[in-house]
Amino acid sequence: MTIRVIKPGLFTCVQDRGRFGHAHFGISPCGAADVISLRIANLLIGNDEYAPALEMTLLGATLAFESRATIAITGANCECKVGPNRIALNTSVEVTAGSVLQCGGTTEDARCYLAVQGGVEVPAVMGSASTDIRGRFGGHQGRRLQAGDVLPIGHNYQARYRRVRAGALDEMRGRGAIRVTGGAQRHWFSDDSYANFLGNSYTVSEQSDRAGLRLKGDAVATRESKQLLTDGIPLGAIQVPQDGQPIILFVDQQTTGGYPKIANVIAADMHRIGQLRPREEVRFAEVSIPEAIEALRAQERWLTAIWEG
Amino acid sequence: MKIVSASDSSILVEFGDRIDPEIQSDILGLFHMLRGLNDPRIRNLHPGYVSLLIDFDPLALSHKDATALIESLASSRPAAASDYSTIATIPVCYDAEFGPDLDDVSAHTGFSAEEVVRLHSSATYRVCFLGFTAGFAYLGGMPEALRTPRLATPRRAVAAGSVGIAGAQTGIYPTETPGGWRLIGRTPLRMFDPDAQPPTRVEAGDAVRFAQIDRAEFDRLLQAGK
Repeated sequence: MTIRVIKPGLFTCVQDRGRFGHAHFGISPCGAADVISLRIANLLIGNDEYAPALEMTLLGATLAFESRATIAITGANCECKVGPNRIALNTSVEVTAGSVLQCGGTTEDARCYLAVQGGVEVPAVMGSASTDIRGRFGGHQGRRLQAGDVLPIGHNYQARYRRVRAGALDEMRGRGAIRVTGGAQRHWFSDDSYANFLGNSYTVSEQSDRAGLRLKGDAVATRESKQLLTDGIPLGAIQVPQDGQPIILFVDQQTTGGYPKIANVIAADMHRIGQLRPREEVRFAEVSIPEAIEALRAQERWLTAIWEG
Repeated sequence: MKIVSASDSSILVEFGDRIDPEIQSDILGLFHMLRGLNDPRIRNLHPGYVSLLIDFDPLALSHKDATALIESLASSRPAAASDYSTIATIPVCYDAEFGPDLDDVSAHTGFSAEEVVRLHSSATYRVCFLGFTAGFAYLGGMPEALRTPRLATPRRAVAAGSVGIAGAQTGIYPTETPGGWRLIGRTPLRMFDPDAQPPTRVEAGDAVRFAQIDRAEFDRLLQAGK
């Protein structure tokens, strides 16, 4: 049982939950940029919720299935066809042996996830199947997929199918401000500067990737003229380099850095960062840490309540 | 020691505001104790020059309990040993082919190329921490006289194993990446191997020395694939 890549799309790679416990070797977490969509895709078809799947960015892949398979596609809205027939997203779909699945461009949001029953089978490296693009390991040969790649399908699943309640996923993608808490160097910025950062809107630059989303907008002024001694970077940290244009450090992030961090995206909104498109506008709103943790709890409750029956 | 929230899922323990071997030793002491706990609630530890970032699952461990844990570990910590745990000797070929910026370092510092190599390979360095990218070691202890600014325009690709100087720092590129450090040599050793345990040749707290090798030895070690 294999999947053969006919066209890789713009940027398609194998991702799971991510690789933890190795930051002190300089190893980034990686993992699905929108881990909620990864989990939903896997749960729809009876996989472990964090089973390795294909993450496709902006333009999806064209894939041939050598044998019958059950798949689910979640995340960004995009037109997916098997042969001439459009297939539904956010549900389990059977594809017959020899089928060709063609995933188009995402019409809103940035990334979709293709899970296959049994999981995409690649060797785990340091406990994860995630592709580390910068480190060139994990996933399929440590890189994004290319035409001609062949990916084995695993066997690890329970024959349990679920359906998502109608409309349940509409609640997922808030279009409001991205919620943040104050960053480790929040005090390097004056209250005025921090208020401006929260009041401004920024555009996601086209020079953005899984390691960092570069934002363009009014420059954020730092109060301190001293240089930060390189320190650890949490996932979702928003750092401000000398030019004042913030950068959201994301799943493929460098593990340490030398720019002050004004704020940090809350864990419950991290999946929204993974769905930001180039040129999209973003704003930030501050919440407290207890509020952020309550939002994460609410998200976990929501994820158990989206299913039919 | 100061504990601050860095995000809803992490806290930063700050030990000081200057690069200092004693501070480094305190950071690594706490780092090793936390690693030793094998606590599944703790996801990642990021030592830095003057701090340790602790990333955890906030649904399993509250900020309050994480703070209490760190405070109790810090107060129970035995006096740090001052000796290095391991001394790693890294063979480096400083031939012009691998050290295209050796002449720049020479011109900037006023030393001959031979003296630059001698100074660089006679110091003992300390791995302060690994970060930035997989297997990249931040080394402390470069002779001040070798200080040279980085390139104005970074190279698009620097070969794995390249040894460079940037300001007061020296380091080895573990994988091929773009980079702006002044390149003075190259090691044939693999500094990062994702399939090895541990995946990096050096770890925080190790001492590092560079040993000059000639081109024949470089090729021999490269062939041996160590």
